[in-house]
Amino acid sequence: MISLPPPKPEILARRDAIVAELHALLPADAVIHEALRMRPYETDGLSAYRQMPLAVVLPSTTDQVAAVMRYCHEQGIRVVPRGAGTSLSGGALPLEDAVVIGLMRMNRILEIDFDDRLAVVEAGVTNLGITKAVEHEGFFYAPDPSSQLACMIGGNVNMNSGGAHCLKYGVTANNLLGLKLVTPTGDIVEVGGDHLDSAGYDWLGLMTGSEGMLGIVTEVTVRILRGPEGARAMLAAFKGTEIAGQAVDAIIGSGIIPVALEFMDKPCIHACEAFAHAGYPLDAEAMLIIEVEGSVAEQDFLLHRIKEICARFDPISLKVATSVEESMAIWKGRKGAFGAVGRISPDYLCMDGTIPTGELPFVLKRIGEMSTQYGLQVANVFHAGDGNLHPLIMFDANDPASFHRAEAFGADILKLCVEVGGCLTGEHGVGVEKRDLMHVQFHPHELDQQRAIKTAFDPAWLLNPHKVFPLTEHA
Amino acid sequence: MSDFIAPADEAGVVAAIQSAIAAREPLSIEGNGSKRGLLRPVQAARGLTTRGLTGITLYKPTELVLSARAGTPMPEIEATLAERGQMLAPEPPDMRGIFGVAEPATIGGLVATNLSGPRRITVGSVRDHLLGIRFVNGAGEVIRSGGRVLKNVTGLDLCKLLAGSHGTLGVLTEVTMKVLPAAEASATLAIAVPDLAAGVKALSAGLTSPFGVTGAALRIDPHGATALLRLEDLSESVRYRGARLREDLASFGDVSLIEDSAGLWRGIRDAEPLGAAEEDAIWRLSVRPSAAPALAAALQAAFGARLLLDWGGGLIWVAGPATEAAHAAVMAATAAARGSFTLFRAPAPMRAALPVMPPEAPALAAIAARVQAALDPFGLFNPGRMRSRP
Ligand SMILES: Cc1cc2nc3c(=O)[nH]c(=O)nc-3n(C[C@H](O)[C@H](O)[C@H](O)COP(=O)(O)OP(=O)(O)OC[C@H]3O[C@@H](n4cnc5c(N)ncnc54)[C@H](O)[C@@H]3O)c2cc1C
Ligand SMILES: Cc1cc2nc3c(=O)[nH]c(=O)nc-3n(C[C@H](O)[C@H](O)[C@H](O)COP(=O)(O)OP(=O)(O)OC[C@H]3O[C@@H](n4cnc5c(N)ncnc54)[C@H](O)[C@@H]3O)c2cc1C
Repeated sequence: MISLPPPKPEILARRDAIVAELHALLPADAVIHEALRMRPYETDGLSAYRQMPLAVVLPSTTDQVAAVMRYCHEQGIRVVPRGAGTSLSGGALPLEDAVVIGLMRMNRILEIDFDDRLAVVEAGVTNLGITKAVEHEGFFYAPDPSSQLACMIGGNVNMNSGGAHCLKYGVTANNLLGLKLVTPTGDIVEVGGDHLDSAGYDWLGLMTGSEGMLGIVTEVTVRILRGPEGARAMLAAFKGTEIAGQAVDAIIGSGIIPVALEFMDKPCIHACEAFAHAGYPLDAEAMLIIEVEGSVAEQDFLLHRIKEICARFDPISLKVATSVEESMAIWKGRKGAFGAVGRISPDYLCMDGTIPTGELPFVLKRIGEMSTQYGLQVANVFHAGDGNLHPLIMFDANDPASFHRAEAFGADILKLCVEVGGCLTGEHGVGVEKRDLMHVQFHPHELDQQRAIKTAFDPAWLLNPHKVFPLTEHA
Repeated sequence: MSDFIAPADEAGVVAAIQSAIAAREPLSIEGNGSKRGLLRPVQAARGLTTRGLTGITLYKPTELVLSARAGTPMPEIEATLAERGQMLAPEPPDMRGIFGVAEPATIGGLVATNLSGPRRITVGSVRDHLLGIRFVNGAGEVIRSGGRVLKNVTGLDLCKLLAGSHGTLGVLTEVTMKVLPAAEASATLAIAVPDLAAGVKALSAGLTSPFGVTGAALRIDPHGATALLRLEDLSESVRYRGARLREDLASFGDVSLIEDSAGLWRGIRDAEPLGAAEEDAIWRLSVRPSAAPALAAALQAAFGARLLLDWGGGLIWVAGPATEAAHAAVMAATAAARGSFTLFRAPAPMRAALPVMPPEAPALAAIAARVQAALDPFGLFNPGRMRSRP
């Protein structure tokens, strides 16, 4: 179980006064302090961990955020930023003595410029909300986490979220131009801008993926892209995970970078098929979903080339979608993968390590062995092109022993990822979940270097102090 | 600079930095170590060059990843990638022409300057393709960030911070890059446009088409301008998209198709069509594309600026007299466009006296000073290179 820094007694003791002072800074309905109404904020997508905060504030302007931050800085009150609370690593988990700043009321789209290919949006606009606002002109915002209906751009920026299409279009960091943010001491600053590559230090790059530890993001300038003429998927099923991995290598080695290249193992195929009836081959050990873009003729041509490559690896089945509908059917199972696993086992942990793609067969074999050893089922779904694994470990939340085994299993998988040359997290972030594993990937002085940069932004360690780093005297 | 240290390995870099700490003597950090013309002149008694740290340490074409020691010359890396049909997608420029030097850039110098070429508009910058680094900080510690995998959000991203930091935060010893397959085919559409404003519109039209344009530059000619749009992909795609795009762009002016345009884009990448005279100063500006025409007009009016536009109008190369007045005009026009600039080439006294990049807001400058102190507590690395220190 995760430990949290001890609350500051002097802050807890002043709770009523703090709530009253926050009321004075914000509109009447923007401060929440009743237990019942704070309940939704006590956890996030990693619901095994819960902690009620001191209070929740829901500002609707950057100035209000700055007023709250200045106040909390002066008073030494800890702050936890929150978007939609879909973090799978406990990134939005509160502290007993912390004020949660929820950005959901900052949900305006401020500017869209198709010619300059950018949009300026507030931090609480949802990921899908951006695409919805520009798709009538054939544009989209590229990073597409599976949670895109709910998760917010401010959360995406702070987690540097990815999605199924980031093999071609990159992750959040590659699709940003600028940020407006409030520093831990309450100053409003802008980094980046509405152009590419500002001279000077890359604050935009450093802030991206900083997990709410360096500032509160209030506005984001994103790049929007004109979509391709069309896209189509194919499905390739193989007799073994190793041979499927070889097919992935062969596709990329041929010089084709598909827009998406997703991998599912047998348990995952079965779970998704039972849920989505997508026509997945149940006798396959591994399955790839491969998507290409372009005109219909270009799609035909590319899919033909990929099919030829896959055919060299003794596939069980190769199914090329012939229409948008068939494409959607192929994707349906994958997109519902988490939900599908959720039907088999209401409780699961979603891991997120990355490995060098060449290590895939070895890593999957080891995960299989560990699954037997821990007596817990696991389903693997995986961004194959970039080596980002999502093993879903199923457990029973009513049985604490089962949860602890699941956590230990997850930790072993992540250690394995680091051992083979990969990392602890490809897109979900460290949060509280992987905090105590950071020493597996980093030396103590490397963690201290990162902490020193956090200190440069947040000298008093008030902003999300319990995330990312193993706890020290700071937090 | 009399004294130059050229360690052969990372341990040597650590040792050099430890003696600099002991002596409290700042170091000038260099890649291929013969250039003094870069940003603000550095006040340092000794130099440290990473040119001795050479060699590709990992190359896995199917994993799209390459690692090399910081001093590895770029031509070596490019040749190794080309053998397997791959490339550094951001198309880093070769600035030897502009600066009249013989030594090629090193991969460490490339990362430290984060200079990207035409393809940046679609595929991202050098820092977007930087997967991992090893560097020695100002306390003499070896620090790693990132790794060798394509997706990694573990901890604060020091790769982004070090990229483009011009050797002021740490000495890179090894870098790992994402590499990509080079396209099978390419072609360029050249559109004769009456003026710069029309040219930027044509570039926008290309970049907002569904055809995946990977280069969008504007060459200014004596009697108008030429908008250049590049397509790169499988040959079938290039042929098809070229024909479609040509139809779409016909309203902007006469369109011609250039089948073999590799040399043309190499020139644009290296800012050759700018045609800067030897005594000219050169600025590199980054702005929102639609702001480019007004900005360009202001600079042409102020000092008859020569111009070359890339990145759909978002990157503006400017050449003009190396004077304070010209620099003031560049700063004012860039500020009006809410853009960014670097004084890219100029005589040393000019670079020492004038800001070589836009000032930072006070709140950010305070954070910058603390971040610098967190990485380089004794102020050893390239003091004053980017900004004069208070
Ligand atoms: C079903 C499901 C599928 C998912 N699929 C993916 C996926 O495909 N790819 C992927 O990358 N992730 C995925 N996620 C994880 C999650 O959706 C992302 O991490 C997302 O970016 C979180 O956004 P959020 O708005 O919910 O942020 P929250 O969970 O509220 O917060 C995330 C972190 O950012 C901080 N934060 C939030 N907003 C701000 C702000 N404005 N300023 C400063 N800090 C802030 C928080 O303190 C926290 O540390 C998935 C989650 C679920 C539940
Ligand atoms: C604003 C600007 C001005 C430029 N001016 C010149 C110039 O005057 N003359 C010229 O020949 N080229 C110049 N260039 C081009 C640039 O130096 C080259 O394009 C190349 O990318 C770097 O070459 P190099 O490896 O020899 O590094 P250098 O030219 O020696 O260094 C370039 C910068 O990177 C830093 N650096 C180099 N190696 C490392 C390392 N291992 N770790 C940390 N920092 C490192 C240096 O401190 C320096 O600030 C300039 C580039 C920019 C962006």
